[in-house]
Amino acid sequence: MLEKIVIANRGEIALRIQRACRELGIKTVAVHSTADSSQKHVLLADETVCIGPPASVDSYLNMPAIISAAEVTDAVAIHPGYGFLSENADFAERVHDSGFIFIGPPPEVIRLMGDKVAAIKAMKEAGVPCVPGSDGPLGDVAEENLRLGRDVGYPLIIKAAAGGGGRGMRVVNTEASLLNAITVTRAEALAAFGDDTVYLEKFLENPRHIEFQVLADNHGNAVHLMERDCSMQRRHQKVIEEAPATGITPEQRKVIGERCAQACRNMGYQNAGTFEFLYQDGEFYFIEMNTRLQVEHPVTEMITGIDIVKEQLLIAAGNTLNFKQDDIVMRGHAIECRINAEDSNTFMPSPGRVELWHPPGGPGIRVDSHLYSGYTVPPFYDSMIAKIIAYGDTRESAIARMNIALSEMVIDGITSNIPLHIEICQHAAFKAGGTNIHYLERRLGI
Amino acid sequence: MDIRKVKKLIELLEESGIAELEIKEGEESVKICRYPSGAPAQMPSAIPQALPPASAALAAATPATSAPPAPAVSEVPEGHKVLCPMVGTYYEAASPNAEPFVKIGDEVNAGDTVCIIEAMKMMNQIEADVSGRITAIQAENGEPVEFGQVLFIIA
Repeated sequence: MLEKIVIANRGEIALRIQRACRELGIKTVAVHSTADSSQKHVLLADETVCIGPPASVDSYLNMPAIISAAEVTDAVAIHPGYGFLSENADFAERVHDSGFIFIGPPPEVIRLMGDKVAAIKAMKEAGVPCVPGSDGPLGDVAEENLRLGRDVGYPLIIKAAAGGGGRGMRVVNTEASLLNAITVTRAEALAAFGDDTVYLEKFLENPRHIEFQVLADNHGNAVHLMERDCSMQRRHQKVIEEAPATGITPEQRKVIGERCAQACRNMGYQNAGTFEFLYQDGEFYFIEMNTRLQVEHPVTEMITGIDIVKEQLLIAAGNTLNFKQDDIVMRGHAIECRINAEDSNTFMPSPGRVELWHPPGGPGIRVDSHLYSGYTVPPFYDSMIAKIIAYGDTRESAIARMNIALSEMVIDGITSNIPLHIEICQHAAFKAGGTNIHYLERRLGI
Repeated sequence: MDIRKVKKLIELLEESGIAELEIKEGEESVKICRYPSGAPAQMPSAIPQALPPASAALAAATPATSAPPAPAVSEVPEGHKVLCPMVGTYYEAASPNAEPFVKIGDEVNAGDTVCIIEAMKMMNQIEADVSGRITAIQAENGEPVEFGQVLFIIA
């Protein structure tokens, strides 16, 4: 087992990783910015190293500082969490070159999946269904691009190969605007990602966002842990996630899940990952893969009973997965609400001191949060302060328990989006299930 | 000798049944005994530790506690604090056999090299950011240092 690791992240996920470490007897080194010295996981860590000033670019994105912290503490591995450097292939490579284990996939796999065009090609080869599109980067020949547009059909979407997560995209509704849209998206991609490669896909107008969780060890074994429905979004940010996805049949789950696991074996994937799909009219369409742990991993943990972060550590230590696909059985339903330090109506961030934090509890309620009474939420980072997960035998039970939890929670001193969650949980459409990715924005009129 | 190496040797000793361990490396040597006759060699924590027990640490946490304190010094002189700009290992001299860059009482000008921080196999020269007299040296040779840690006081 790994003796000591650096947790290269902050907030709730750093605490989550620390908890898994403590369970496995792994010593933790909490690296943090000067703004984060009082974070719960920092106060609980075996060792702490201040790596920089508040700005992420100088601290949590500061590769030499993080690797240096691993050196001076004699850590053996680095867990990047999610966001920050977790999908940075250069960082993973530098971690390796410096003699440490990067808790995640190999750098070349991160690089492959980070190039959206290459990722789609790899998925097709594994039999994973993809969105009909250009099947490769767009060239500069106008006639060729117009022909592609006609073949794929309108509306379509131009996407940056180096983008992802909703960035570097443009919807095109008519042929008349296609060529201009390609030019503009290219320029934006170059500015934002340093790479102007773009590709084109059919634009699905009312899809749901359904993703599959995978786990792979370093010995060629890969399994899927079923799916999550993350359609409840605002501006490409997930608000509520759940597992399993309503309306997906066991056959669909098995086919898509196994294709994802096979794709992992083909590309030599290691550790945790998520395949993201758009689902419309009964069909799955791959859009991208996230080569890291995801925020919403708890809902999968609740229905499968598998501790994904613990598995990440075990895999990184060289262990073989100690379960096979047939051992993974799902049971019940789980829902997660992302609680942000922001105003429920205006969505303006609300950093500041939490005077009183009173978490919910009771059967089926899990709270993943770094909050404590007296903690000051800093203004420099993203606003998520807690994840409330409700589990029940059925989706109705999970929703009922979530309602109870949301009504019991107290966060005094700052504003949070608890009222938004309380409202969404009352929506008839939410209760019926299966809402698509545009639902929330349309319903809220934003 | 690198303090990390010494720490590892102590761990080796503790985990095994060995009573005594002596290592010679060139001109340096270290001897670690299980039952020392004189004052036991205490390994100072290079990185400031979290306050145990954990719950006490949380109960005591009030608005934004500042960065963990530097190694204990009873009287910290007044003056400008030269803060560590990076994470790494602090060295007082350019090489093990060289004279330290500065001693307490030395006059320095802004821009003078005062120490070296080694990070990822690279030696970074750290400069005084003000002129004046070194009144305190807060880091120990060969010890890990973190961002924001006080290295020198210049009056």
